[in-house]
Amino acid sequence: MLGLNSRDFKLFIIVCIMALAAPILLNPFPTASALGESFNAGYPALMQRFVIFGILAIGFNILFGLTGYLSFGHAAFLGIGSYAAVWMFKLLSYNVVPAIILAVIVAGLFSVVIGYVSLRRSGIYFSILTLAFAQMAYQLAYSVFTPLTNGETGLQVYNDDPQILMGAGDPTVPHFFGITMNGQTQIDVSGWSFVFQNGYYLAAIFLIASFYLSIRIFRSPMGLMLRAIKSNQTRMSYVGLNTKPYMLAAFVISGMYAGLAGGLLAAMDPLTGAERMFWTASGEIVVMSVLGGVGTLIGPVLGAGLIKYLENIVSKINDSVLHNWFSFMPDFMDNFMVTLIHPFIGKGWHLTLGLLFMAVIIFLPGGLVQGGQKIMAKFGRNKNTDAKDGADTPAE
Amino acid sequence: MDAFILQILNGLDKGSAYALIALGLTLIFGTLGVVNFAHGALFMIGAFVAVTMQKLFSLSFLTVDDTQKDFLGNPLKVETPYVEAWFGENVGNWLQDWSVPLAILVVIPFMFFLGFVLERGLIKHFYKRPHADQILVTFGLAIVIGELIKAFYGANPIQTPPPSTFIGTVDVGSWLGFEANTIAYPTWRIVYFAFSALIIAGVFAFLQFTTFGMVVRAGMADRETVGMLGIDIDKRFTFMFGLAAAVAGMAGVMYAPILSPHYNIGMDFLVLSFVVVVVGGMGSLPGAVLAGFMLGILQSFASMNEVKALLPGIDQIIIYLVAIIILLTRPRGLMGRKGVMEE
Amino acid sequence: MSILEVKGVNKRFGGLQALGDVNLSVQENTVHAIIGPNGAGKSTLLNVLVGKLIPDSGSVMFDGQSVLGRKPHEIAQMGISRVFQTPEIFADLSVMENVLIPCFAKRDGAFKLHGIESVSTEAGIVEQAEKMLDEVNMLDKRNMTASAMSRGDKRRLEMAMCLVQEPRLLLLDEPTAGMARADTENTIQLLKDIRTQRGITMAIIEHDMNVVFSLAERITVLAQGTPLVEDTPDKIKDHPKVREAYLGEAQV
Repeated sequence: MLGLNSRDFKLFIIVCIMALAAPILLNPFPTASALGESFNAGYPALMQRFVIFGILAIGFNILFGLTGYLSFGHAAFLGIGSYAAVWMFKLLSYNVVPAIILAVIVAGLFSVVIGYVSLRRSGIYFSILTLAFAQMAYQLAYSVFTPLTNGETGLQVYNDDPQILMGAGDPTVPHFFGITMNGQTQIDVSGWSFVFQNGYYLAAIFLIASFYLSIRIFRSPMGLMLRAIKSNQTRMSYVGLNTKPYMLAAFVISGMYAGLAGGLLAAMDPLTGAERMFWTASGEIVVMSVLGGVGTLIGPVLGAGLIKYLENIVSKINDSVLHNWFSFMPDFMDNFMVTLIHPFIGKGWHLTLGLLFMAVIIFLPGGLVQGGQKIMAKFGRNKNTDAKDGADTPAE
Repeated sequence: MDAFILQILNGLDKGSAYALIALGLTLIFGTLGVVNFAHGALFMIGAFVAVTMQKLFSLSFLTVDDTQKDFLGNPLKVETPYVEAWFGENVGNWLQDWSVPLAILVVIPFMFFLGFVLERGLIKHFYKRPHADQILVTFGLAIVIGELIKAFYGANPIQTPPPSTFIGTVDVGSWLGFEANTIAYPTWRIVYFAFSALIIAGVFAFLQFTTFGMVVRAGMADRETVGMLGIDIDKRFTFMFGLAAAVAGMAGVMYAPILSPHYNIGMDFLVLSFVVVVVGGMGSLPGAVLAGFMLGILQSFASMNEVKALLPGIDQIIIYLVAIIILLTRPRGLMGRKGVMEE
Repeated sequence: MSILEVKGVNKRFGGLQALGDVNLSVQENTVHAIIGPNGAGKSTLLNVLVGKLIPDSGSVMFDGQSVLGRKPHEIAQMGISRVFQTPEIFADLSVMENVLIPCFAKRDGAFKLHGIESVSTEAGIVEQAEKMLDEVNMLDKRNMTASAMSRGDKRRLEMAMCLVQEPRLLLLDEPTAGMARADTENTIQLLKDIRTQRGITMAIIEHDMNVVFSLAERITVLAQGTPLVEDTPDKIKDHPKVREAYLGEAQV
């Protein structure tokens, strides 16, 4: 179906359903309940992050997962995409279509240049080169390119911007031919309220398309070549294959995915700053992909979702929430537990993330997908790869 | 001319810090074959050992002095540091004043121990794993260390002054025969440079003149052969990790007065130090030191107003630019050996 | 007719003359062995042939075209395949995928942006790869990860990857080095079969005289970077200079 084999097709359908029904699926608890307030994730701002960072991770996986080249500067393309999109809002109009198209193109152009240079080296040198380029982009955005980036204030749309295609009645927020991104439909069912936001659905459709394209690339001759590059470059060239253009293609595709994610971020909220390009942002992309399972189809999407979800709930928890949870204990136990957990919650979210990340690298190099496979295998079901992992090769 | 010399001097302290971190990175890479993304975090831990020393020495208890009144007319509460109560006012004051250099005494055993624990507990399990995994796990470690520091010390930079003798500037110009006060340079930075030079010389002497160092150098050149000779190279490598950690820690302690420590300096310095290692040549100790000083000085020249007017923003990117050019034209860096990380 | 023509090739590494005025001509449809003691320059010569090293002077013509200055993948596309001392295969990929890759390289050239169509729909290519695996008796292992195979199987897989491209010239770098007796015999048989069934020209570098004399139709003896003599195996066996320089010690 759709050019996919049945296993991949099943996986694709699952992702489609997850993405389209997320506003319902991610609201398992009644909205006003305590559990709902803590654990529900089905509100637009968060779901947007799920799918946009999912797109980013899918793209990163095409580079790192298939070829093993670890880019430590991928956030640069995300930032560049965002800047390009906001410029389209400033110059043309709030329509997201030209914004997203330009975001992808500009990020693609940058990745051609950066990729061409960085790919002349491999291994750690490649990582450092990409990191150096991203840091340069970040620093320059704050200094020389201030006219383009608006420096520390961040780039946004002002009233006196040209917006030459702006019609009289056009919305003054990002829109898709009149359908505003922040427009939403709310449906209340007894205790639950489900919010269906236009912007989320635009991003979700892009996620589905991105995921579909990534399956096709994984299963294509080019995907095979990229995995072969990871495995043995010497044999590649003695078989008569030129690895450079394959690598560059992977790099540019993955840069364009990042540009798309950047454009979508700007479409959801039309302002952006250089911090999107900082190395911590690049590090986060790496963490997401590895956590989910690098080299597998679904892993990076899961990783992106998990991190954004945990970030959201863990950083919302504070001491009083904890006291609530442990209120059944004697006071001294309660206080002890709260003191113990305190560094890991709220602002300590990154500590939790760091520990989680280390644990995954140490014990589960294949990420959550591998973890899932192990659990399935324990229960004696050998067709474990059905739902979890579409790739032929397990991640390493 | 004096401006020129001032820029060189300005580059020296940063260069010293780069050189010391890069030296440790290279030692670890050369001996253990591990790319340690947590090395900047070790530098940061050193800086926070200095912070901790200063805080410990100024821990005080309150006494109520009935003979004096504060401005509200209540009895004056006097804070007396414990060290003054225990050792007398003079010694106590001296301890507080000299807490940063004294932290060196603490940081050496502490970092050796920490290095030992990290190598045995974590790094050793990654020798056989791909370089990407090594980068990732040490990157995770760096996040964890940074966040722990943040949890305990907060996110703001903490001022950590040097001993009062070293506060102020030295008129370096007059030493060199320029007019008085043309080149004034902070005293502590001279101390830092001298200290770094001493450590670098010490590490090189250790590797050059001891049997231990000889084996380690042989191991850096060809690990398998040395292993075959029946020398227990692993134990020595564990020690090298401790040594590299101690060097980074000392660099951090002494840098605390120059740059108020905060939880992000580890990563800031790591990224730059990696660039230094790459420019110097992966696996080359002299290369790391040379590149450290060179880039420190280059950075300081790039931040001159005249240069910035000519090439805006150059001060921010000069190091990365140099790294990119070196990597593309001299893949092995300035002094790198053949076949290191060339896949 | 000669397919590979090496003329006056010199290569120095610092003070060491690795190759000195090497002339070599490999005739089409023969097995040509290059032998010589350690350090005679055999590997250097091989690396010149595949484009990994560029000689200081001289010419290397393959089928009337110069190979000098071309990259390894370009030379491979000209029709020269290489088998390594330790098999170079795609260890992380399946056996089938290992053979598919050279099939694509043969059909599509050094690079083709085919990122959308599925591998499994390339019926012609898949069939070709299956046929090849069948010929080397590995069809039942097609889904196995290559790294999990025995050393002998890896060698056969590497051969299959070369043969499926139908090379004009197959270079073999000590194909039996480090092998047990039985494996060596199997490899000799495999190479003989390839020779008789496919008529592929081979240039082989080998230490093992048993292998050399059971396969080669012509032999070049290399000593200290220079060809000592080139002749048929029988003549080489009896050549006094060769016995002195090389075989004398080998037969002890």
